[in-house]
Amino acid sequence: MAVATDDVFEEYEESTEDRLDRTRKTAMWIWLGSEVFFFGAMISTFLLYRNSTNGGPGAEIFNIPFTSASSFILLMSSLTMVLADSAFSRRDQRQGRIWLIGTAGLGLTFLAGQIFEFTEFVDQGLTLSTSPFGSAFYLLTGFHGAHVAIGVLMLAMLIAFSLQGRLSPDHGMNVELVALYWHFVDIVWIVIFTVVYLIQI
Amino acid sequence: MATATRAHPTTKTYWLIAAFLAALTAIEIAISYVEFLGPAQGVLLVALAVVKFFTVVAVFMHLRYDVRGYRVLFLFGIFGTLVVFAAVLAAMQAF
Repeated sequence: MAVATDDVFEEYEESTEDRLDRTRKTAMWIWLGSEVFFFGAMISTFLLYRNSTNGGPGAEIFNIPFTSASSFILLMSSLTMVLADSAFSRRDQRQGRIWLIGTAGLGLTFLAGQIFEFTEFVDQGLTLSTSPFGSAFYLLTGFHGAHVAIGVLMLAMLIAFSLQGRLSPDHGMNVELVALYWHFVDIVWIVIFTVVYLIQI
Repeated sequence: MATATRAHPTTKTYWLIAAFLAALTAIEIAISYVEFLGPAQGVLLVALAVVKFFTVVAVFMHLRYDVRGYRVLFLFGIFGTLVVFAAVLAAMQAF
């Protein structure tokens, strides 16, 4: 009887854990849906002001080969992230940690590229207050960069937890949630890269 | 994962998808330099971006393999964005 009771409690705990995971994941998807609104509004604003340069620099100062390389780096970080997620779901902590470090490294490289790009643009006279185009461009790409930076911090926390042994196989959902966030940052850049940089209206 | 309804892809699939995305990015960049395409250039670039966007969402974010509710939540966000975009254009008298 005692064994049967233990089994019941174990089953109850398992299902509670699963339910908690499901709730966290649902909350993450709701939040990502709201983030789509956020970036969608900023992309809309950029499209409206892309020709309002007030005589200052416009889209012609973009360095497409450089931004293409940055975009490729961020795209590949989605691959390393999904491989990290996959490794943790297989309970392969070491492999997962290696892919997490790779993802954080690619994220940092992308951020370094963005800082370099912003510095170049400011040197060429495009600042936040130069024109509506400048304001819309820096707000959109700056907020995206801030999201990448937050993602890198979350990856660093996961790596630290893993090294300390605090990221047990039962905490796979933590990696999955950070992965969702990271992929979201990537898909937003897919849109920004096309709409802001590649399409010259 | 308790929330998963179908098995997630294999590591090999992830690599193949990444190669596919890299190839689409290369095509995008090439198209951006082809000036004689005219308005078709923008249409092609948007089409390629949409394919890349939904490939990442479906495979890397596992939306294709997870419960349907997540898909509804995310698509609601995209639909809302299109509504916001139309509203902004209308407010700016762009129509």
